[in-house]
Amino acid sequence: VSVPARAAALIAAFLIVVGAGVFVALYYIGSATTQLTTVHYSATGGVVNVVLQEDPQNNTATKPDWVSYYTQDPTSKQWVHTTLFSVPAGMKVNMTIYGYDGCTPLRNNYWSHVQGTLGGTVTVSQFDQHGKEYVTNQTTSLINSWSDCNVGHTFAIPAMGLFVPVASPNAQLSANNLCSSSPCTTSGNPYSLETFSFMSPAHAGAFRWQCLIPCGGGYLDGNGGPMQTLGWMTGFMYVVAS
Amino acid sequence: MSVTETQPTPAAAGPRHGLRLFFIWLILSLAACLVIWFVWYPHLPPGRMSSSAKHQQFDIAILAVIAAPVVIFVVLYFIYASVVWRAKAGDDSDGEPIYGNTAVQATWIIGTSAIVLFLAVFGTVELIGPAGAGAGEGPSPVWTLAGTKSATWTPGTDHILEVQVIAQQWVFTYRYPQFGGMESSELYLPIDAPVEFHVTSLDVIHSFWAYQLGVKADANPMVDNVAYTTPEQLGSVTVRCNELCGIWHGAMYNYGHVVTQSAFEAWASGVQAQEQADGVLAALPPYSLTYDPTVVPQLGKNIVKIDGITGAAGYYYPSTDPVQP
Repeated sequence: VSVPARAAALIAAFLIVVGAGVFVALYYIGSATTQLTTVHYSATGGVVNVVLQEDPQNNTATKPDWVSYYTQDPTSKQWVHTTLFSVPAGMKVNMTIYGYDGCTPLRNNYWSHVQGTLGGTVTVSQFDQHGKEYVTNQTTSLINSWSDCNVGHTFAIPAMGLFVPVASPNAQLSANNLCSSSPCTTSGNPYSLETFSFMSPAHAGAFRWQCLIPCGGGYLDGNGGPMQTLGWMTGFMYVVAS
Repeated sequence: MSVTETQPTPAAAGPRHGLRLFFIWLILSLAACLVIWFVWYPHLPPGRMSSSAKHQQFDIAILAVIAAPVVIFVVLYFIYASVVWRAKAGDDSDGEPIYGNTAVQATWIIGTSAIVLFLAVFGTVELIGPAGAGAGEGPSPVWTLAGTKSATWTPGTDHILEVQVIAQQWVFTYRYPQFGGMESSELYLPIDAPVEFHVTSLDVIHSFWAYQLGVKADANPMVDNVAYTTPEQLGSVTVRCNELCGIWHGAMYNYGHVVTQSAFEAWASGVQAQEQADGVLAALPPYSLTYDPTVVPQLGKNIVKIDGITGAAGYYYPSTDPVQP
């Protein structure tokens, strides 16, 4: 075999290997993030209203049994299966989270403590499947996940020092009547309604948020799956110039 | 018949390459070592913020000073040979035959052996002297920091401050058993006080790396990994996870602060009082050197066991539930 032929074969093999690597990177890594929608929230009177819900399951075809957050489109009021949203910088963010999932204890009960919200508190209401409110506007700085069936998930932005336990329906309701079709609605399902406020950072940036409950069922100690995947139990809050 | 014999002429006196190489090497090595010691050393990582960091910086400087003459000799010889002994244009003759040189070989073997043996002794001394050099020594440390173990911590004494580092996906928290077992998402340390870190994890393997303090210890679930240091400068500390631990490993960092002893006591007592008032202390488990991530003794009294409904059904997922990825 001539030297040019051998060189050509070597170059071709090299290009095939590099091409395969680029394909894998673009196909798997690239597709994981580009499919997610970002919901954009704007301010009215210096206030931004962000609405999320967390469900025991989701409406995707690929991972229907994963627990998941949803984000509400502020215009259409439709629930979008994404954990990416944007808010303007330097604004008061009023957060509303509907908790449809049942309880799971925190691995570190320190996160039962509300941190980083305005006033250091959250306000919680809880409803049964008939819409009856059995806890009304309870303002608290602590939702003890170890004392009862209290906490479903958390909403945490570590870079901002924001750590918020999200209440769950009580034990009996979690046992018998949890929402089974996502996105969940307040009609016919027990749920918690939790509100709190915080100030968005003064400068633009991407702030990752996550759940601190080991809620990845089917994975080692609940650590994998939705815990590790954008669009389910972790995401980004994009702060944009206002 | 007369025979004319040609007497071999003595070789023309050439340059004394060995002596020339030695002097060039000596000058370059001296210059390099002086630059390393007086210019580079004060700026070497991880700085001089703690006793362990200071020792690590010293160790790196010593290694650099020892390595520089060796590196310079090898590179110098390579360059010298390439320039001085390279084949001249049109000279197709063979090179000089190469024979062994006992003196050169012995010098090299003895010299490198001496360096390696010295570094072995030096490294051992530098590991023992600063109580493990800031590295995790496991649950039963061999080398401990001087100071008094006490149930409380008081400024101006030699009390060792105990700080438990709790890692989980993807945040660090810090627990202070001498202040009622209060927990904080921020690391505060007093200056000039011996600190005993107890590093553990609540889920997967992490690593506690307090860069400026020169402290690095693996955080393993169900393991108490002990590391020591004494902060010697006021300022900020960057804490990073140094073990790939999941999607947000790269974002698993926060900042610590070295403050005066009085400021530290005021901060720790304040957090303890606040957490007492908020009910956080009551909600935390009793202080322990490790925590079983699948067992919560306080849990279950009021929780209905729910099978197959959602999440962990009020309990943790067992480690084998239901399939391993």
